[in-house]
Amino acid sequence: MNGGKHATAESITLTIDQNAISCRNGLSVLEAAREHGIDIPTLCWLEGLTLWGGCRLCMVEIEGSPRLFAACATQCTEGMVIHTQSPRLHRYRRTIVEMLLAERNHVCSVCVSNGHCELQAMAQRLGVDHVHLPYRFPRLSVDNSHDFFRLDHNRCILCTRCVRVCAEIEGAHTKDVKGRGIQAAIIHDLDQPWVESQTCTSCGKCVNVCPTGALTHRGTAIGEMIKKHEFLPYLKLMREVHQ
Amino acid sequence: MTAPLNKPKVATVWLDGCSGCHMSFLDLDERLVTLASLVDIVYSPVVDPKEFPQHVDLTLVEGAVSSEEDFHKANLIRRCSSVVIAFGDCSVTANVPGMRNTWEPRALLDAAYVEKATSPAEAANRKARIPLKVVPPLRAQAVPLHEVIPVDVFIPGCPPPADAIWQVLTELLAGKTPDICAVTRFGR
Repeated sequence: MNGGKHATAESITLTIDQNAISCRNGLSVLEAAREHGIDIPTLCWLEGLTLWGGCRLCMVEIEGSPRLFAACATQCTEGMVIHTQSPRLHRYRRTIVEMLLAERNHVCSVCVSNGHCELQAMAQRLGVDHVHLPYRFPRLSVDNSHDFFRLDHNRCILCTRCVRVCAEIEGAHTKDVKGRGIQAAIIHDLDQPWVESQTCTSCGKCVNVCPTGALTHRGTAIGEMIKKHEFLPYLKLMREVHQ
Repeated sequence: MTAPLNKPKVATVWLDGCSGCHMSFLDLDERLVTLASLVDIVYSPVVDPKEFPQHVDLTLVEGAVSSEEDFHKANLIRRCSSVVIAFGDCSVTANVPGMRNTWEPRALLDAAYVEKATSPAEAANRKARIPLKVVPPLRAQAVPLHEVIPVDVFIPGCPPPADAIWQVLTELLAGKTPDICAVTRFGR
């Protein structure tokens, strides 16, 4: 009796893209989908960091509701019927990537992250062969003050992975976001040059979680900046084990 | 074996780009011979005619629209071409030519010609050397081709690989719709 009740609480069944699946209770739609080999595109989400739900690329349709849901921030419930692919979702996802490309100066051909960039790869994956919106060509700064690292605002998509890894994993919270909307930007401490930060430990985690060429090692040439964020699930697991 | 009487007419144009896309086009290598049997190249930096023809079936445009001449050419190309292809990142995104866009053209020319001067006399001398005649004036910004004229097909890449060019051209000539993102992407 108790066991049966336990079983229903622990696992639920739902439908994703016409596939009936069962998963542990408490998983997000994104996690459940990926566990079953259904890959929903994401940019701000990263295994090992808390949820942000900012990029909206993982939006899915859930039957019974006219609005869209961010798969990363939506918990699976019993009997949910989810669609991760539809012409509407494809159109929205492409438009999101186009808006990211048009908002700042993403010049792939001369970027240190060329060939290793999640935004570049996402554009290709989603079939973005050009940007319908007019490019803004804003004049943005590059913080070149740090001895090892560089922040190029031209390439930043404000996914906040760097902010989260700095606060949650390194525990320094050097980085944050200032401003709103199109004025938003990554800052160090009280909007100081990076080298003047008293909290930065120069650990480089922000560089490795950055999906684009916004955060890079200094001294990298075009295409040389390869990110390694495999450390993150490992660190997270180690911490859970030690607890 | 006889060649078709009315082969499709193809043009290639070089606006504000580095010619790298045309180099990649030449990297078609022996496939250029096959291409020559499929189409007539009626206008291109690699063939003789100096005037853009009245009617072209398919025009590949390399480069961003940066100068008044580019702007004029882009409109001429659109009027005279059935299918216009934005060929490479400069044409698709403005790419490197677009990196000047945060400056006014005049400030840009001053930065290039005058700023390094060490005396007022040298500055005046350098200012006089800013080319304002013969070369076409710069427009306010270098923009992607589709911000100036309607574009039918986009081939991103800096440059698009020769295999991608071949795939897109042969599929278009066969009346198919190529899956561009399967063969190329922004950047290299």
